[in-house]
This record gives sequence, structure tokens and C-alpha cells, in this order.
Amino acid sequence: MDCDKAIHRIYHYLDGELTIWRRRAIARHLDECPPCAEGFDFEIELRQVIASKCRDEVPPELRRRIAAALGEPLPEDPPETL
Amino acid sequence: MADQEQFADLAMPYMSALYSAALRMTRNPADAEDLVQETYLRAYRGFGGFREGTNLKAWLYKILTNTFINTYRAKKRRPEQTDLDDTEDFYLFRRLGGLEAAEANRTPESEVLESIPDEAVKEALEALPEQFRMAVLLADVEGFSYKEIAEIMDVPIGTVMSRLHRGRKQLQKSLWEFAGERGLRPEPARPEPAPQAGG
Repeated sequence: MDCDKAIHRIYHYLDGELTIWRRRAIARHLDECPPCAEGFDFEIELRQVIASKCRDEVPPELRRRIAAALGEPLPEDPPETL
Repeated sequence: MADQEQFADLAMPYMSALYSAALRMTRNPADAEDLVQETYLRAYRGFGGFREGTNLKAWLYKILTNTFINTYRAKKRRPEQTDLDDTEDFYLFRRLGGLEAAEANRTPESEVLESIPDEAVKEALEALPEQFRMAVLLADVEGFSYKEIAEIMDVPIGTVMSRLHRGRKQLQKSLWEFAGERGLRPEPARPEPAPQAGG
């Protein structure tokens, strides 16, 4: 496998959407090719950064509204013990 | 058949993820709240049709996506048929200096990435045209497979792959532009580093 082929399949590889044989061929290439390995590592890291920075807190009022609509006990009001 | 009484226990833990996704879709907290609430109500009413043992998270995202498309997009009357140009591979990595930077002990790319504020990453994602934004959101933030995304968005898998490919590259361009505006680009960087792939 050469660099162009490995890079062409980078997203399929990182997304876990390749057959085991193609995965192995790319893994072998990365073992032998530091520039590609660095690039692949960067893409993995970028994805982790994007995922971790795109999290938002649910407003407590929304959580209460939905719980109430679904007939759930409200978080602040635990059911009384009998 | 799923039991409606179990619904809240099973579905409530996904609220934080659904709300984050709703914010990226609507780009507006008030609309995102309404969208999440409507999603939960529709899911609750339709829970009898959910097959136990299948993927509840994917099922909830499909309802979220359909509700968004039917309600909020219709409201804006904006079809958004934008396309994105293809971009070179490793766009951001190469601009941050690539392997040379690592060897020269310059600021590692990972530090540059970490220094980008959360709001900038959210803005870059929200700036993508809708169909690309949804694909990148579902894959890279939520970790769905191509098949799951195809089912959630109701498009062929090939379409998912091409939207992801272009959407991810455009996102890298936006982040690079942002790094330039905020002076986060590492120094010294050549303006257009040549591809370094060997072998």
C-alpha cells in the first residue's frame, strides 16, 4: 500500500468501516510511514477535540419540563416513603 | 413491543447528547429546547413501535432529525442545497506544520487544537451547510456508524460518506481560519507547506 491509497481510505479506517484485510494493510503502511502515521494520529485527536468541545449542559428547566410531561417524579421532589 | 412505562428510564440519559445536537441543528437555544421537548413527546407516544434490542439512541436521533426537518427547517423555508468543494487531505495537519513541526519541537498540533475555545469549534460546525453539518455531527460528535447515519438521515450510505468527507474537510478549513484570526497559528509556519507523504 502507498501513501495515496492509505490517505484515500483514512476516514473509512478511522470510522471503523473497512474490512479486516484493508485495515491490516493500512496498519502495516502506518507502521512503515511516520508522516502518514502522524497525520492519522492528528485526525484522531482532532475528532476527539471536536466531540469533547461540542457538549452543552441541558438547562435544568428543560429537564424538569420533560420529566413532568413524561409523568416522572421531579428531581427535586423525591417520592415520599410510605 | 416496548413498555411505555420504561420509556423515561431508558430515554432520559440521552437528553444531554440530544440537546447538544439540537443546538447544532437549530443554532438557537430556544428552538433547541423546543426541539428536544417535542422529540421526547413524539418518542414517548411512539415508544410502542420501538423494537427492544435495537438501538434506542439511533431511534431517538431519527425522531430528533425528522422533527427538525419537518418543523424548524420548514419554518425557515430555506432549502439549503449548498455544495462544498473538495479539499486536500490532511488540510489542517499540514498547515499546522505537520511532521516537521513535531521534529522541530514547535508547538505540537495537539496543543493548538486544545487551545481552540469550545465556542469556536461549535461555531465552525454550525457554519457548515445543513446536510454536511448533520453528517459530521452524527459521526464525529455522536459516533454513529455510516449505516446508522444513513437510516437517521434517510439517505444512501454513499451519500453519507461523501457528505462526511467534504464536511470534515470544510470544518478543518474553518478551524484553520479561526486559528488565524485569533493568532493561534504556530510560528514559524510556511504559508503553503508541501505534502510530506513519502513511501
